[in-house]
Amino acid sequence: MLRPKHLARSTPIHSALALFSACSLSGCGGVEREEPSRNAGEARSEQVILLNVSYDPTREFYREFNQAFAEHWTGVTGATVTVEMSHGGAGKQARAVIDGLAADVVTLALAYDIDAIAERAGLLPANWQSRLPHNSAPYTSTIVFLVREGNPKRISDWDDLLKPGVEIITPNPKTSGGARWNYLAAWAFVLKREVSDLSKLGDPGYAADIARAETKARKFVTELFRRVPVLDSGARGSTNTFVQRGIGDVLLAWENEAFLAAEELGPDKFDIIVPSISIRAEPPVTLVDRWAEAHGVREVAEAYLEFLYSPIGQRLAAKHYYRPVYPQHADPEHLKRFPDVELISVDEVFGGWQKAQGVHFADGGIFDRIYTQ
Amino acid sequence: MSQGGGRRARTLNRAFALKRHSVLPGFGWTLGCTLLYLCLLVLIPLSLLFFRTAGLGWSDFWSAVTAPRVAASFKLSFAASGLGAALNAVFGFIVAWTLVRYSFPGKRLIDATVDLPFALPTAVSGIALTTVYSRTGWIGQLLEPLGIQAAFTPVGVTVALTFVGLPFVVRAVQPALQDLDPEAEEAAATLGAGRWQTFYRVILPTVMPALLTGFALAFARALGEYGSVVFISGNMPMRTEIVPLLIVSELEQYDYQGAAAIAVVMLVASFVILLLINLLQWWGARHQRREGV
Repeated sequence: MLRPKHLARSTPIHSALALFSACSLSGCGGVEREEPSRNAGEARSEQVILLNVSYDPTREFYREFNQAFAEHWTGVTGATVTVEMSHGGAGKQARAVIDGLAADVVTLALAYDIDAIAERAGLLPANWQSRLPHNSAPYTSTIVFLVREGNPKRISDWDDLLKPGVEIITPNPKTSGGARWNYLAAWAFVLKREVSDLSKLGDPGYAADIARAETKARKFVTELFRRVPVLDSGARGSTNTFVQRGIGDVLLAWENEAFLAAEELGPDKFDIIVPSISIRAEPPVTLVDRWAEAHGVREVAEAYLEFLYSPIGQRLAAKHYYRPVYPQHADPEHLKRFPDVELISVDEVFGGWQKAQGVHFADGGIFDRIYTQ
Repeated sequence: MSQGGGRRARTLNRAFALKRHSVLPGFGWTLGCTLLYLCLLVLIPLSLLFFRTAGLGWSDFWSAVTAPRVAASFKLSFAASGLGAALNAVFGFIVAWTLVRYSFPGKRLIDATVDLPFALPTAVSGIALTTVYSRTGWIGQLLEPLGIQAAFTPVGVTVALTFVGLPFVVRAVQPALQDLDPEAEEAAATLGAGRWQTFYRVILPTVMPALLTGFALAFARALGEYGSVVFISGNMPMRTEIVPLLIVSELEQYDYQGAAAIAVVMLVASFVILLLINLLQWWGARHQRREGV
């Protein structure tokens, strides 16, 4: 049931024809991708190809991880496996899968994006997030501050961002997944400060306190975004604005992205500031059941995802600046780079991504009202 | 498919042939080819847009396209594109004039430079423009003391849209200028017309149709431009968001219908504007002919 390499995923002519027939026959709707013909008699020594559709900052990590997995898989089964990668903004990548990109596994930035694949294209079950440990997130990350060398504006925590004369750089939450984490982290910081015990959030007895805290959080993020001179459309764009163009005093960024920027551009140019509280970003991974089964690669795709939780996978994640969920497997040298920070999850404060998206980022949501009121 | 298209065209041909017979051969298959080509590339993909929006009720559609952020972006996109195309009409004309009328060293080099905005990936030009026009950039630095901030303001958006439109005006006007008969100008001069009079009574009317075409092309190109603008605009809601960015941001929320609704308004508005410019051109040509007779 393995796919030989010479069977291309879909030729341009095939997809053009499929697109045309789908358009002309059904008027509109999703594009059906032709399934590659399968031959039961194919030899096991053929190469297996997996397609992993991922988001932007995972490039360096998966390059190394895929190699490690290929070696591991050959050692276990004798078969060779090649993992093809597709990188891009998380939302764009999810839409590509919804519209027919035949990914065997997806490793995206937000559960919300994978939910969309489950909901809109039905390529995987709705309960996908409970199939792997730790909410299907083998590594986590958080939002930190990148400031200029020596921290001239003395920024040490979220409150300092609102000091007079501080310019903040973040992408636009309407177009960037990373920017949504930035926004939610700021919101969570205020809520935590105001109510301290987050379990009160669902308790009707504290409704008045919560409402007051939320008003403050709203004021805080409004003030914060008033200090943003440029809203780039994606996280890498913001990093460029801050690093290359020298605009702004502080960049709100993924921890791994901040480390990369600091390391690649010289640690003597930037400092990383970890705030007292931040959000726990869980970039989830999952099998795309429909395609993995159609391609006959379910077994190896599952092994691939499980390998992320193995000692090797965990060590590599930490090496590439992701916080591993099993730190005991990581190199202590790598772990030292992650300062202690109180991490709050989206579920705790916002009741899940669907809700956060609807309340904060949908059209007419709280983020829109920062600018329209 | 092409056979079917050809058959359809042949029937059409026969229908027309009853009324008027064309002396030129090949009408049937060329029209068939034209229709098929346009259907595959333009009409079918764009009609999908209308199908998508059909799922929205009228009130949802209306609220999607009149939300304050969307309205602000329509204003910016149309104004900046119009301004960019107008600037190009003036300066593109001068560039074309210089290239056609004079010969000087490096002329071919300048001629080739005009096409660069065609060839460059728009993201590349966006990043380059932002670097030059931002506060710390070469030109941005000079503008700063004058109180003009280019990058991340509507000014920057206009700069980027002017950039992408430039070759359209130059390349549209150049052939018209080349075809201009020098004798007409000489005649005007002998009849006592001054330089300025010769320009706007003789040259401009002749070149006007080409200039309008160039303007329309530059305008249309600017409306749809995304890649270069998102870097220089700063994407601030209500201030520097262009329409294509809002379409992307709707898609980011998986709101395909909302995105299609904005796109439909854009499409209809662009079509109407281009149609008006064409009508204007047609009217101008007729007017001129009548005057000539």
